[in-house]
Formats: sequence, structure tokens, C-alpha cells
Amino acid sequence: MSTTAVVTRHWVIHPFHAAVLGGVLPLFLGALLADYAYWNTYEIQWSNFASWLLVGAMVMTTLALVCGLVGLVRGSRNGFYVIVLAVTWIVGFINSLHHARDAWAIMPAALLWSVIVTVLALIATWLGFASVRVRVGGVL
Amino acid sequence: MNRAPKVVALSVLTVALAACSGKAPELQQLGANPELPKPHRGVMPDMTIAQPTAWGDTVPTVPAGFKVSAIATDLAIPRQTLVLPNGDILVAEGRGGSAPNLKPKDVIAGKIKAKGNTQVKSGNRLTLLRDADGDGVYELKTVFADKLNAPYGLALVGNALYVANQDALVRFDYAEGQTKASGAPTKVTDLPSAINHHWTKSLAASADGSHLYVGIGSNSNITERGMAAEIDRAQVWEIDAQTGAHRTYASGIRNPTALAVQPGTGTLWAVVNERDEIGPNLVPDYLTSVRDGGFYGWPYSYWGKHVDRRVMPQNPEKVASALTPDFALGSHVAALGVAFANPAVGGNFTDGVFVGQHGSWNRNPPVGYKVVFVPFRDGKPAGDAIDFATGFRGDDGKTRGRPVGVSVDPRGAVIVADDLANTIWRITPTAVPATPAAPPSATPATPPATPSTPSAPTP
Repeated sequence: MSTTAVVTRHWVIHPFHAAVLGGVLPLFLGALLADYAYWNTYEIQWSNFASWLLVGAMVMTTLALVCGLVGLVRGSRNGFYVIVLAVTWIVGFINSLHHARDAWAIMPAALLWSVIVTVLALIATWLGFASVRVRVGGVL
Repeated sequence: MNRAPKVVALSVLTVALAACSGKAPELQQLGANPELPKPHRGVMPDMTIAQPTAWGDTVPTVPAGFKVSAIATDLAIPRQTLVLPNGDILVAEGRGGSAPNLKPKDVIAGKIKAKGNTQVKSGNRLTLLRDADGDGVYELKTVFADKLNAPYGLALVGNALYVANQDALVRFDYAEGQTKASGAPTKVTDLPSAINHHWTKSLAASADGSHLYVGIGSNSNITERGMAAEIDRAQVWEIDAQTGAHRTYASGIRNPTALAVQPGTGTLWAVVNERDEIGPNLVPDYLTSVRDGGFYGWPYSYWGKHVDRRVMPQNPEKVASALTPDFALGSHVAALGVAFANPAVGGNFTDGVFVGQHGSWNRNPPVGYKVVFVPFRDGKPAGDAIDFATGFRGDDGKTRGRPVGVSVDPRGAVIVADDLANTIWRITPTAVPATPAAPPSATPATPPATPSTPSAPTP
């Protein structure tokens, strides 16, 4: 009687991947806070800040997504993470386009989109870094 | 770090642009009661940019009984023209504005819009054109004055030639027959120029020549640069010609790109460019008489009292006081020139105004790209606007020219500046040959010459 060991390659996030993924949540959160400030003050500069923070967030999300896809192709079991990150990218892109509207035309949808994308970014980041927790603690 | 987002955003935008090619419904948007749909905006604004191409052997299409010729080419962005009493034509050339990019969208849209404009460097000068022998060929083309700062509006009062630079109103001493300014100009007054999102400063002189009207555009589409940037913007100033002191003559007038004083009545008229990004059929640009103390809505409302919810905080009191303009020219046509006709033009074009339309960049199908004539009766617009010069843009999107300023020679010629082809077009009646002397009924007695009401040649 022989036994076969099925070797599953576990996913470990690459340091570069971790670096760019680490930027996603703070940037989306920054955009959300800036939107909230515009909502409260009508001070247009907050709206400009939100637009640029979203550009930064999208760059980071794009890079993280590329890393995630590369990992997926290489056989990492990170599918759910990649899906959530992809949804984050799509919502983030819609939010960026929405922020291109002038003045109060972005409201109230800009604030809503920013809340949604920030929550998505949080989940994606959680899932992404869960691989680190598995290594350290052994339990998800 | 700055370049990557631009490139990413630009490529994504191109895809998104290709995706939205819905054609705008055609509404009746000419005249006193334009149809106004509900505001809306898709994910992307419609951008349909002109594809510049050379005129070659073609010329603009003009009505039967008229002919057209290019009387000057290779100019450096001609905007407004002024017919001087001896028939010479002054052309203001330049490009202004120093508005910084505030949002990612400004970076992208700026690059796209620039494709539809001339690549020539701003002239910052006045060029004088002269047809000494009256054969319709302007054999002399010479620099009258240079080192100006994006000159735009022009007006002559007696021997004072006023030029509205993008930052100041200046005055040259002018003597008839001069082909070169005798010296540097004198500053009459500074004009609001911070940011200068809408930089053009249009100009007209009051009928008695004692005051000058300057049109100052808003510093944003719809307050997206903040309300602090809008102090002294979207106004027409009345400036004392002697002292340079000014008062606000009209406000809430988003971008008054050309002014003209009506012969006979002395009423000030303006063509005004209205706001963007609430749909292909909003908001109509307009032609209006400008009332002393009048408020025309911007930014709080459009076409009278239609509230623009993009402005926060709102101002219901201002909305309640907003005047409705006289005559809608259509949304996004970009009216940049206005001039009163005179009997010497002939045909159906003796009583009314010519309006130069630079053409849209954010509407599908595109509109404008022509010179129209709005007929007047009893001193007011009456009847439909009719095409006067067309063919600037082909159905294939190839764009040969973009009309800006128009002026009317007392002898009946219509002068059109084309800032894409860098050409001045002269449209003349063929039926009645131009006579050397001005027709007696053509002009009011002794008006100051403005782009719209040039005075009769003095014998």
C-alpha cells in the first residue's frame, strides 16, 4: 500500500505585492475622507484632493491586481482575493470618472461610491494579507 | 510618479470615449424660447473633437449673391477684427489663459481639446491689413503693434485705439493711415486676470465714446475652482475712458465673448457662452441685450431661473433676480463673435447681427463651426437665425476652420477671423459692387468704431 502526498502550493504574498496592496486602503480611505470634508464644507479643494487620491489608489490597485493575476496564473490559491480586488478596481474606476464632474455634480454619489470602494479595499486587503496570517499562526 | 497615472487614465479614457457614441436628440434651441431638456450627464462627457485639415482650394460656403476670399493667411491665431475708418482692418492675435490643471480630468481633457485647435504660437500682436486700391486684395499685411498679452477686444474712439489684453485694457494713439503704432500703449486699467480660465476680454465702446464695456468670462465651467476665484468674473464692466474707473454693468453673464453696441439705439449686446456638462442640449449659448445692473444667472441658474444644482451653496435670491436672455443660439455652438449688419451688406442681411460660432467640442453631433445671421426687426431679434458662412467642418469630421470674431465693413463686407486656419475671410456682396464712398444710410452719424459698428470713412 502506497500513499500519495498531494502537494498544494500555498500562496505567500510577494513583498512588492504587499507594498502596493498596502497603499490601496489608505488612498481610498483618504478619498472618502476628502469627499466627506467637501460634503460638509462645500470647499472645492477637498474635491480636488479626492480626485487625486483616487488616481493614486487606482495605480496601487492596478499594480496589486496585476501581481494577483500573475500569482493566479502561477497556481496560487488566491482566486477570491483577486476577484474582490478586481471588483475594487471596477468600482474605483467608476468613482474616478464620477469625480471628474464639476463642483457639486459629484454629490451625493461620490460619497457613496467612496464608501463602497473603501469597504471593498478593506476586504481585499484583508484577504490579501490573510496569506501572511496563515504562515504565522497556521489558522486563517 | 506623475506620468504613469496620466498614461493609464488616458488609455482608459480613450476606450470609454469610444463606448459612448450616442447621438444627441435635436431640439429646437434657437430663438426666445428654446426647448430645455432635463440636465443629465453620462459616465463620460461627449467629446467630439475637430480634426484639423487644410482649406486647400476650398473656401467657406456663402449665400448666393456673395463671394468669399481669404484676405490674410499665416496669422498667429486671429481672434477679433476691427475695421478702421479708412478701411484698414486690424486683427488681434493670440492665445491666453494660464489656468492650472486642478483635477486629473483637466490634464486629460486639455490634451484632447488641444487636438482640435491650431498648434501655432500665440501672436500677442495686432496685424494691420490694407487694400489701398480697393480691389478686394489686401496687399499690405504688417504688424501694427506687438508684445501684447493675448489681445482680444478692439475698439476705436476718435483717435484712441483701445485693446483689451487678457490682463489689462490699454490705449494706443491712432492717426488715420497709420500702419504701425507710434509707441507702447498706455494702460487704462487692469482687468481681472488671475487664473483666467476664460481669458478673452471682449470690448465695445459706448455710443458716445465716453465708456468702454469689457466682457470678463467666468473662472470655471460651474464654480469648480471655488467661489473665491469668481470675484469680478462673469461680468461686463463699464469703464470710464478718461479715468479708467470701472463699475459692474452686468453680472452672472458666464462668458461674454463678444460685445457690440447697436447702431441707433446705443444698446449693448453680447454673445455669451453658457455652461457645459449637463447634456448635449444644455445650456444654449445666447445673444442678448445687456441690461444695466442685470444678473444673468451664472452660476446659480441658467436661461433665467433654471437652477443649476451643481452650485453649492445655492442662492435662491439671486436665482429669483435672474434675467432670461433674448435669443438662444443653440447649446455648445461657442459663439465668439458678434457684429451688427448694415444696409450695404444687402440681401437678407441688412438688419440683424452676424454671429461667429467656433463650434462644439463636447457634443455629438457637433454644432457651430459657422457664421449665422440673426435678423432683427424694430431693434430686436425677429425670426430664425440663418446660415451665412458654412463649410468650416465637413460631415466627415475634417475641420478646415473655426470662426471667431466677425466685423462688418461700412461698405458691406463681412470680415471673419478663423483661428484654426489662421486666416481672415472677407465676404462681399457680388450684386452691388462696393463703392469707394460709404453708403449714406449705412451707418449712424458719428459712432465710435467698434468691431460691430465701425464708423464711416471720413472724407
